[in-house]
Amino acid sequence: MTRPQHVRIGFYVCHCGHNIAAMVDCTAVARYIATLPGVVLSRDYKYMCSDPGQELIQQDIREYGLNRVVVASCSPLLHEHTFRGAVEAGGLNPFFFHMVNIREHNSWVHTDRVLATEKAKDLARAAIERVVHHKPLEIKKVPIHPDVLVVGGGIAGIHAAMTLANAGKKVFLVEREPSIGGHMARFDKTFPTLDCAACILTPKMSEVGSHPNITLWTWSEVVKVDGYVGNYTVQVKRKARYVIEDLCTGCQDCIAHCVYKEPKFDDLFNERLGKRKPVYIPFPQATPQVVLIDPEVCLNFKRSKNPDGTPVVSDKCKKTCVEACGEKRAIDFTQKDQVVEIKVGTILVCTGFKTFDARRVPAYGYGVYPNVYTALEVERLVNASGPTGGHVVLRQGTNPDGSPKTPRSIGIIHCVGSRDKKTNLWCSRVCCMYSMKLAHLLKEHTGAEIYNFYIDIRTPGKGYEEFYNKLLEEGTHFIRGRVGEVTDWTMTPEEEGKLVIRVEDTLAGVVRRIPVDMVVLATGLEPQADADAVRRLFNMSCGGDGWFLERHPKLAPVNTFTDGVFLAGCCQGPKDIPDTVAQAGAAAAEALALIDKGYVEQEPNTAHILDTECSGCKSCIPLCPYTAILFDETRRKAYINEALCKGCGTCVGSCPSGSIVQNLFEDAEIFSEIAGVLAGEPVTAGRTGNLTPIATP
Amino acid sequence: MKITRTIKYEADRVPGFGREVMSVPGCEALEHCIQCGTCSGVCPLSIYMDYTPRQVMELVRSDFKNEVLRSHTIWLCASCYACTVECPRQIRITDIMYELKQRAIKEGVYPARFPIPVLAKEFTRMVHDHGRISETRLVSQMYLKSNPLAALGMAGLGWGLMRTGRFSLKQDRVERREEIAKIMEAVDRENGKAAA
Amino acid sequence: MKYAYFPGCSLKGTGRAYEESLVPVLQHLGVELQELEDWNCCGATAYMAVDEGKACAAAARNLALAERTGLRQMLAPCSACYLVLNKTRHYLQEYPAMRQVVCRALESVGLACRADTTVRHPLDVLVHDIGRDAIRQKVSRPLKGLKVAPYYGCQIVRPYSTFDDQANPTSMDRLIEALGATVVKWPLKTKCCGGSLTGTLPEAGLRLSYILLKEAIKRGADVIATVCPLCQFNLDAYHAKIAARWEPVRIPTVYFSQLMGLAFGLPDHQTVLHRGMVQFRPPPAPAPTPA
Repeated sequence: MTRPQHVRIGFYVCHCGHNIAAMVDCTAVARYIATLPGVVLSRDYKYMCSDPGQELIQQDIREYGLNRVVVASCSPLLHEHTFRGAVEAGGLNPFFFHMVNIREHNSWVHTDRVLATEKAKDLARAAIERVVHHKPLEIKKVPIHPDVLVVGGGIAGIHAAMTLANAGKKVFLVEREPSIGGHMARFDKTFPTLDCAACILTPKMSEVGSHPNITLWTWSEVVKVDGYVGNYTVQVKRKARYVIEDLCTGCQDCIAHCVYKEPKFDDLFNERLGKRKPVYIPFPQATPQVVLIDPEVCLNFKRSKNPDGTPVVSDKCKKTCVEACGEKRAIDFTQKDQVVEIKVGTILVCTGFKTFDARRVPAYGYGVYPNVYTALEVERLVNASGPTGGHVVLRQGTNPDGSPKTPRSIGIIHCVGSRDKKTNLWCSRVCCMYSMKLAHLLKEHTGAEIYNFYIDIRTPGKGYEEFYNKLLEEGTHFIRGRVGEVTDWTMTPEEEGKLVIRVEDTLAGVVRRIPVDMVVLATGLEPQADADAVRRLFNMSCGGDGWFLERHPKLAPVNTFTDGVFLAGCCQGPKDIPDTVAQAGAAAAEALALIDKGYVEQEPNTAHILDTECSGCKSCIPLCPYTAILFDETRRKAYINEALCKGCGTCVGSCPSGSIVQNLFEDAEIFSEIAGVLAGEPVTAGRTGNLTPIATP
Repeated sequence: MKITRTIKYEADRVPGFGREVMSVPGCEALEHCIQCGTCSGVCPLSIYMDYTPRQVMELVRSDFKNEVLRSHTIWLCASCYACTVECPRQIRITDIMYELKQRAIKEGVYPARFPIPVLAKEFTRMVHDHGRISETRLVSQMYLKSNPLAALGMAGLGWGLMRTGRFSLKQDRVERREEIAKIMEAVDRENGKAAA
Repeated sequence: MKYAYFPGCSLKGTGRAYEESLVPVLQHLGVELQELEDWNCCGATAYMAVDEGKACAAAARNLALAERTGLRQMLAPCSACYLVLNKTRHYLQEYPAMRQVVCRALESVGLACRADTTVRHPLDVLVHDIGRDAIRQKVSRPLKGLKVAPYYGCQIVRPYSTFDDQANPTSMDRLIEALGATVVKWPLKTKCCGGSLTGTLPEAGLRLSYILLKEAIKRGADVIATVCPLCQFNLDAYHAKIAARWEPVRIPTVYFSQLMGLAFGLPDHQTVLHRGMVQFRPPPAPAPTPA
């Protein structure tokens, strides 16, 4: 192979401790690459990313007059930025650098040291061939729009929005439900401190509602996201409430005067344990304090729908609500869904979780036996503003005085829909603690005998183990065993009329039958039902379990693979309130750092059109996913707006005249890289297994 | 008061036993057992077992071969598959129980005069010799070989069967009995090859 | 509709009432059965406990015989046979080592097994192939007022649930309703009856049968309907022993097919109710409605 005389390449292969060196003979790779034409210098080094490693590159550039640098180490995702910086500090244009991944793509995934070493040589040789054709490029700076979109108004979204707004940023907070507050608003107390969830949450909720920097849109959903970091265009659907938000004062006279004298319809906020009217406010502290009308049950709407699915006004109702509203004229039966468009620079996704559907574990009888409850139902049952005013009474059975039955014995079953290959394999992290909290509250409310059935008690949090200890002191029974079944067939007189829990007490090594009045299922946490659609909307990734994927589990826990889109709270994985709030703060800080920098640097891997070659066929224009290609009618040529180009390469591949060129992926670069990979001697046999001793000098 | 030492020494283990059982098709998932006790919780017969099914799983995994193969538990399994279906780690516990029964029979360590393995062996012999089972004959033979006295207690049952026309001592059999014998020999041959 | 038919040993012995009632009922519905020529014992649960390979080979011989008939589907009414044949199919499909041993063993007698015959349970065929409407049309004597506890037992839904819900099967419930009877709801539909332990270890085995009988009575059932010869035997044959140990819990247990025959107005020798040790006395036929 011959090279232009001026090319002087420096090559470095990194051991990454044993991460690479255990499977790749780095010294041999360095020795081999040294033999290639144009390579002035070839070294192997323990940690190229370390300060001395970077210093080495800079020194060599100066000493040996290098004008190309190749590093074979880990993924460019991790350290391309580092090495480009080192090359630039050494006085070269950073794009005279190329990186080879011999860790994720080689040492970590292979078991044959001989073959892995040969592969490392092949990949390194390809990079050497490619880097010869590199050109100096310039990083472009694009300004960032300072406004932020926060999606989801649970505690994560609330905290993030407040943090950003207090820092002076304009925030759009979009929430799907009629009120913000999320799951936390439905909890009674919070573990381990037992402070009242509403007492600590509602002040934050009303602050959000009145903050001058926050635009709060509830009963709204994001439907479209376009653009890129710093410059997103977002469409939000504001669903019809049939109440004009700006005119409603939250007086609730309409609810009082609804033609339905009594609440008749399932109250979803209270887990269907209570009832509401067709015109309602989800809960007393709802934010905003604006009512809404459910067209599915309101008498002023027909039960049939328009072809597009929108409700039809029947005008059959006496409309006593409108009368009660009077001069305020806030009720508007003709309201339609509206789509509004906003521009933001960054997006925080805080869409939360859903609780596991307990019917999926039929052995526990949820939906069959009325006195089997989910934990969230019990949260509402013990809550003073819940459907029973905080009295724990059962769905079925009566006390001797004829009042609804108060449970005398309660079994709490942990891990329902968690740690189970048939449902969800993950540990939901919060159930041990909330089960113990409910055990405490139920004991406080009823004095009942309480049994906790657990597989393992997990209390890794500040004050959590102490809380467990407190429960033990209270005389709550802890039985280590996953319950086999909840049933109503009986073997002894004391089991009559009760629910019987059959379980192995695994610590005692005996099978037990325990009759109880009430069973509480500690249901786990799951990704939202529409998590996949939301993932696509924001161009994020999901793990195999369906939770949104962070960019790096340790080092970029609130970033996503899309720049400018951040994550917080349970949409990323199950976590408790302290962790959620901490993560929301972190996500807000990451967004602030980006906004206050004022600009984003754009990778110069954009495409441009060679005027002389372009035939003006326009075939590239509809293919561009970023609408970055425009057409100059006077010159009859296409041209690319580089600010919009994301470097995906679609147009390059499709241009019939080959007139589109992409920086960093020019034909010469790609073809020489391919030729480089293929130039090696074929190796057919290597030793299997990681048996070769590690060759570190 | 008679006291027994219950400590287990490493020498009591048969290293590799657990791995061997887990290498049987369908038994691999035992690796993932978290000892939650669901198997014992749903097992209708766990209340009579010397070791609960959960304990058997752990004993297998920890190579306590002698303890498991001599346990009553494996013979009390009625193959109702409740454990297999409910196990949160999808361990095929019933199949592991079958595997343990086979090993106990092969090694001849099952409890003496215990009717369950006797029934299993008589059943197998009858399939070998005749290709079909004649239930009343089979049960009679089981009682003769395990507990002849108990057979007397079954007289009422026999009369009930006779009265309803369900009692028969006639041996039902297939016509091509040599085919069955050849197939069984061939299985032994193939398994021998595989072992070699 | 035509199916290959694997009766199994029990249906020729203590469980003969199952065959005696099922075959005419299916005929009445236009189903043709072709009994497998020279079938052998499936191996049941006992053989698996002795030698897995041989147990599979024994069962596979029947699958090979079924393939010879050219019929793609085989009916196996006995729960143990149904499970063992399905399990063998599953093993042969999933585990190449097992397939090799079994196929070579079968080759030695000139048989071949592709394990592609579907093994069907009569409940599956009745509910899915024939359908409740067709069944309802044949009902000449609705079982009005009869309260039936449907008992599925373990092995037709576990470990494989091929045609019904594993936790709460309903195919027999729907069938019983089509006959005009009332279904008794109980949580023991798929609980174990004790299997062969009723004979080998009565203390443990009979207790399970006792619980089933007791709960069926407690919930107001007139009769228990079953799909398995061993379940029927356990729930029918041990009443004296159960009464001696616990308390008398006399309630008849019949095959669902006997109830069908009754509702179809088939003659006594096809409903064979006299085979039950606890006699089932059906409610009197409703007075014929004047034309």
